[in-house]
Amino acid sequence: MNRSLLLVGLASAALASPVFGQSMDHSMHNMPGMTMPAKPGAKATPKPAKKAAAKPAPKRKAPVRRAAPRRAQAAPAPAADPHAGHDMSGMQGMDMSGQQQPAPAQDPHAGHDMSAMPGMSSSPSAGQDPHAGHDMTAMPGMAMDGNQAAKVGTDLPPGNKPAPAPSGDHLADRFWGAGAMAASREDDLRREHGGMTYYQVLFNLAEYQARKGGDGYRWDGEAWIGGDINRLTLKSEGEGTFGKPLEAAEVQALYSRALDPYWNLQAGVRYDFKPNPSRTYATIGVEGLAPYWFDVEGALFLSDKGDVLGRAEAWYDQRITNYFVLQPRVEANFAAQDVRRDGIGSGLTDLEAGLRLRYEGRRELAPYIGISWERQFGDTARFTRARGDDTGGFSFVAGVRTWF
Amino acid sequence: MSRVVDRRQLLRGASLAGGGLALSAYMPAWAQPVSAGIAKPLPTVSGEDITLKVAHQMMTIDGRQSHAIGINGTVPAPLIRLREGQNVRLHVVNELDEETSIHWHGLLLPFQMDGVPGIAFPGIPARSTFTYEFPIIQSGTYWYHSHSGLQEQEGHYGPILIDPKTPDPVQFDREHVIVLSDHSFQHPHYLFDRLKKESGYFNRQRQTLSGLLAGKDQPLKERLMWGKMRMDPADVADVTASAYTYLVNGYGPRDNWTALFRPGERVRLRFINASSMTTFNVRIPGLPMTIVAADGLNVRPVEIDEFQFGPAETYDAIVTPPDMRAYTLVGESVDRSGQARATLAPREGMAAEVPPLRKRPLATMKDMGMGGMDHGSMNHGAMGAGAGASMAGMDHSAMGPGTDAGAMPGMDHSQMNHGTTAAAAGSMVGMNHGSAPQAGAMPGMGQANGAMAGMSGDQAMPGMDMPGMDVGAMNMRDFSKAPEVKKGPGVQTISSMPVDRTGDPGQGLENVGHRVLTYRDLVALERNPDTRAPEREIKLHLTGNMERYMWGFDGEKLSENPDPITLLHGERVRVTLINDTMMGHPIHIHGHFFDLVTGKGAYAPRKHTVLVQPGGTVSWDVTGEEGDWAFHCHMLYHMHAGMMRVVQVRKVGEAAA
Repeated sequence: MNRSLLLVGLASAALASPVFGQSMDHSMHNMPGMTMPAKPGAKATPKPAKKAAAKPAPKRKAPVRRAAPRRAQAAPAPAADPHAGHDMSGMQGMDMSGQQQPAPAQDPHAGHDMSAMPGMSSSPSAGQDPHAGHDMTAMPGMAMDGNQAAKVGTDLPPGNKPAPAPSGDHLADRFWGAGAMAASREDDLRREHGGMTYYQVLFNLAEYQARKGGDGYRWDGEAWIGGDINRLTLKSEGEGTFGKPLEAAEVQALYSRALDPYWNLQAGVRYDFKPNPSRTYATIGVEGLAPYWFDVEGALFLSDKGDVLGRAEAWYDQRITNYFVLQPRVEANFAAQDVRRDGIGSGLTDLEAGLRLRYEGRRELAPYIGISWERQFGDTARFTRARGDDTGGFSFVAGVRTWF
Repeated sequence: MSRVVDRRQLLRGASLAGGGLALSAYMPAWAQPVSAGIAKPLPTVSGEDITLKVAHQMMTIDGRQSHAIGINGTVPAPLIRLREGQNVRLHVVNELDEETSIHWHGLLLPFQMDGVPGIAFPGIPARSTFTYEFPIIQSGTYWYHSHSGLQEQEGHYGPILIDPKTPDPVQFDREHVIVLSDHSFQHPHYLFDRLKKESGYFNRQRQTLSGLLAGKDQPLKERLMWGKMRMDPADVADVTASAYTYLVNGYGPRDNWTALFRPGERVRLRFINASSMTTFNVRIPGLPMTIVAADGLNVRPVEIDEFQFGPAETYDAIVTPPDMRAYTLVGESVDRSGQARATLAPREGMAAEVPPLRKRPLATMKDMGMGGMDHGSMNHGAMGAGAGASMAGMDHSAMGPGTDAGAMPGMDHSQMNHGTTAAAAGSMVGMNHGSAPQAGAMPGMGQANGAMAGMSGDQAMPGMDMPGMDVGAMNMRDFSKAPEVKKGPGVQTISSMPVDRTGDPGQGLENVGHRVLTYRDLVALERNPDTRAPEREIKLHLTGNMERYMWGFDGEKLSENPDPITLLHGERVRVTLINDTMMGHPIHIHGHFFDLVTGKGAYAPRKHTVLVQPGGTVSWDVTGEEGDWAFHCHMLYHMHAGMMRVVQVRKVGEAAA
């Protein structure tokens, strides 16, 4: 603050012409030989300046800037001088006592109320100093002792008055009618600002599988509809071999609720069309994004026969470039008990590990190729071998990851 | 085929024949392919009775046709030129088959004329007319746009220019309006829908494995750290040039809208960021700009080479091109995926080199709200003069609360930028932190006054040792740091050490090698009308979840019916915005100007929209004006996702408590 006060003194004394106040105000810092004795607390200084402002103001603006040569190279202003836009060359050799240009009334500096001029208002507070960019070294003799007494405006700290309680009414009702506004609040405001419903259908896998013993196909996808927190989710996965009946196919209908930024809790029913006979399960699980960007799903299934099954699935999208994505993916199924009728043994029943490279020219329709390795384990594998079937192997896969 | 297309084609043909300007009567002068400026040819619409017809139309961008919503047949909508002190009646004819609205951005008016459906009025139904009427009590550069749905993204925006009642303190020989915007050839609801389903959908500049192998971007260790936090440092803009063409006055980069000047003239450029989702970095290589107004109000001239502004901000700049040569005006998207381009030239047909896109920035720990550990924000160059300890004498061990050196990860000294300003070393030597009265100037050093007091020690900077770099172990959602915030899926992160970033030039502009505007460079030309101390402080957290594309204040979307923010008419309050997200948010309050708290006392820069940098804070003082007012992020899709509140201002007797 004191600096400004100093300048006020100087301004009111030397700058009889407020016009100079304007064209000069930013250049003062470069005025060699400017001496500014400390005068803290000199708050009354704006007075003479106000008189100056009150002078009748001719409509013409001060022609100072235009008349002067533009953009003074001569000005000692450093490149970063925030006020460098001002023409300071016109200052050379000016007559400080000159009265030739009465200030226009709107001249914001006409008032010379520099006591509050922010540029000069602050004590040597570090970042607060708006004149930071100025070359203060060019101001010999300028005293700048700390004086924090005269904080003003935005420098003042806030109080702790309590906030008024919401009034519960809507002012616009008075102008446009309560009915029209109520409808608009619902349709235009609430629903259009976070209250929308969305849906998505996504097939992470939809592929052809080339393998020994007959090529097949596989799908794994889900669809959802709802808002940000509550959604209805449908999931489906299945596989088969061309020329044979569908081997496995299931669909889940789940209520999905967002638990936190990344995870959804999902509960509902699962129905297996295949293998025969069909089965219904109550299901509960989670789905979400784990640290390191792993997409993870896990679910438990309780069948109508009282059997408990489990499933865990995870994949990771590794961007090779911004268009090619390599997706390693693992899916494992578990059983809490043998379910002989379905050929399931307890423990880890089967595992699929895949590596798929897709091209996301369009993200919604990304073709991919890859390999997939499937394997049954434990009793499940034993049951399968007993039936004379394969317990797993490699496939080359080609498909499309798609969503809309 | 609409009239506009024909006109533009006509104009192109005419321009080739050298007669482009002869057709000025048929187009808004300021938005012609080649504009001599708006000072001489009459502006498009003015007076006390103005009719604006909102309708679907086609527009042509870089030779490609697109659907649009325009006004009076043009995109951007016509320039509305008014004079301070007049009254204006604006008859808005809605020729759409859906509701529309016009919000007069930055204008001080009775709230029921503010144009926000559901808050100020019920909207303008399809095929109907609504008349706005209010007095014009200010001057400067403003704009207007739809506040209904996502219409703004379709072209429903235009500039407002109000001439001052008294002679303009800003002197200029010629002026041009520069409306920057982002246009998509796809429907905005489609874009929003993509973001809801796959948050990184539009980002084609993410970090990749091939980048890692080539030694680009973050090293593996950092990638793992960020991956552990499920944060993508390349997520700088939600919608990018993969969906957008960036426009100047409705023209694409190849259209090359050209503004004419005579060498030596003072040319006033009125920049308006009318984009829906794009923060622009604006520069004119080879031509310094002197900022003379921000958000319509005059500031002390400050010369810079580049500025960043978020959607809805405006800046007026004076340029004085000295030579008979062309200059390229570049509006680069903050994520540097694309840029708007125009030309300043002494005559049409000239063009200058278009600078290539610069390398896209990556978010830093500071952008994640851990700026308290990042000395990049200290900006010692801005400390100016003083007396006492030199830089080398800083003792960080005494940095005060909230900064436990032992656990201070990721300290980034690379951006300390000691010499940004001319103060440079000479005055640096004179720093005396012991007398710094306000810690706010030194973000991250603690909020309380006097926290800086310990900074005059004797330990040399290079001696700083910050072990324990395990940010991943930190709690990214420590709600104890933000008691105001409702815990829920909509809050992905809480800034653990947010810092005042008003001294920062903006994301990605820390080391561009020339002068970049910061909010701290702005000083109001006129004394602030209300210099009382704020009676209280309102803290608001900007929260979001990029994964679900949820955005809100204090963890709540507008659709959840949060309580309004309450003020009394005439009450002075301080609002502190804390950005808990890794994305910049241009926060706008309707019907008010606020005074930025940047240490400028009674000459605080006054704005209607402020870009809160990622992980940063901004404080401003505002005086309540009776009405119900919208308050929101001006990223259109953030607002659409819920990042909006109602500010309820009542006269003392009418408030509930």
